[in-house]
Amino acid sequence: MTPPVAAELGLCLCHHCHLACELERHPHVCPRCGAHLHRRKRSAIARTWALVLTALILYIPANVLPIMHTSSFKGDSTTTILGSVVTLWQEGAWDIATIIFVASVGVPVTKFLVLGLLLCTVHRGSERSRRDRTRLYRGLELIGYWSMLDVFVAALLTALVQFGALGTIEPRPGILFFGLVVILTMLATLSFDPRLIWDTDANDD
Amino acid sequence: MSDNTPLIICEYCDAVYQRPTLAIHQQAHCVRCGGLLARPHLFHVDHLLALCVTAIMLVAFLSFYPVLVIRTGGQTHDATLVDAVWALTEGPTGIMALLAAFSVVVVPVTQVALLTWLLGFAHFRQRAPGFRGCMRWLATLGPWSMLEVFLLGALVAVFKITGRIEVLPTMGLLALGGLSLLIIGMAGRDVQRLWDELP
Repeated sequence: MTPPVAAELGLCLCHHCHLACELERHPHVCPRCGAHLHRRKRSAIARTWALVLTALILYIPANVLPIMHTSSFKGDSTTTILGSVVTLWQEGAWDIATIIFVASVGVPVTKFLVLGLLLCTVHRGSERSRRDRTRLYRGLELIGYWSMLDVFVAALLTALVQFGALGTIEPRPGILFFGLVVILTMLATLSFDPRLIWDTDANDD
Repeated sequence: MSDNTPLIICEYCDAVYQRPTLAIHQQAHCVRCGGLLARPHLFHVDHLLALCVTAIMLVAFLSFYPVLVIRTGGQTHDATLVDAVWALTEGPTGIMALLAAFSVVVVPVTQVALLTWLLGFAHFRQRAPGFRGCMRWLATLGPWSMLEVFLLGALVAVFKITGRIEVLPTMGLLALGGLSLLIIGMAGRDVQRLWDELP
């Protein structure tokens, strides 16, 4: 048995307080929290595309540019994200290397692929495995911010290692681009509307 | 008021259901897309208020005590949460400092402040002044608190520099873990009940 859809009953979900609003009595504003009501998030597809593509472009400098600069009496060195993963792996710290790799490469790449897939299938009006695609979207919401990890590691190391016997660690622009990628992909996930996946139903019956 | 409608709508696929009555440990999932529709509340409003007071103390603790301490030779260096954010202001990563400050300082502190305000009044069965606005802000800030990521970052930082120097994990790390758990627990779905419970 399939449950009725909000539109059939003249209802609309309030995004802020999750009240089921009757559109006939309250066509524009949620009676409980005063937020504006929209049947679907506004121009969800265009916004999500724009944010994903910007993030994808910024992901290139995030990986190419160095994220940290270490200067000590042993000499200076700059590292990129992948560079630090490789170094850690070679030093035998494979567990930390894996954590950093998953957070800074695995999570963003997964987000790009999944958002791209969702956008393409919604655009084509595909009806295949809608349940699984919705599950993918919930996965995106869950992993969202974990890629900020490297930014925080760099920040902590910079704060700790300053002018001591160890030398100095400074942040480099790679961190900036990387942080922007995380924020943009989070915004992209928020602006996508998973209900678009199910909207093909309305045309059938 | 149409406040107490018995209907709930799945936020992932727009399916409409009657609000179910759930026992503890039961959850309602959407039959169409599998999304979570409803689950019973873990805490009473007064329990939430008590947790909120704990969170305030942890915030105060974290603003003075360091999260990590390192010792090299005779020197010790330590870093608090704010120090770490401040470190990003040096050099070309100024904007990043703003983003980091937002996600590990501004958002959590605002969440705790809003929760204290709302729950304090809820204790006396009243809606706090600005109730609607505060509740909407809480919902909006939800996804942007990154304390738990910062905690993992601190642990990774420990392992990245051990070997070369002695790193001492502090009580600050424990406090950070506690605070992130509290914020996840309090600012989530549980607080949304205030919409229904307060007239």
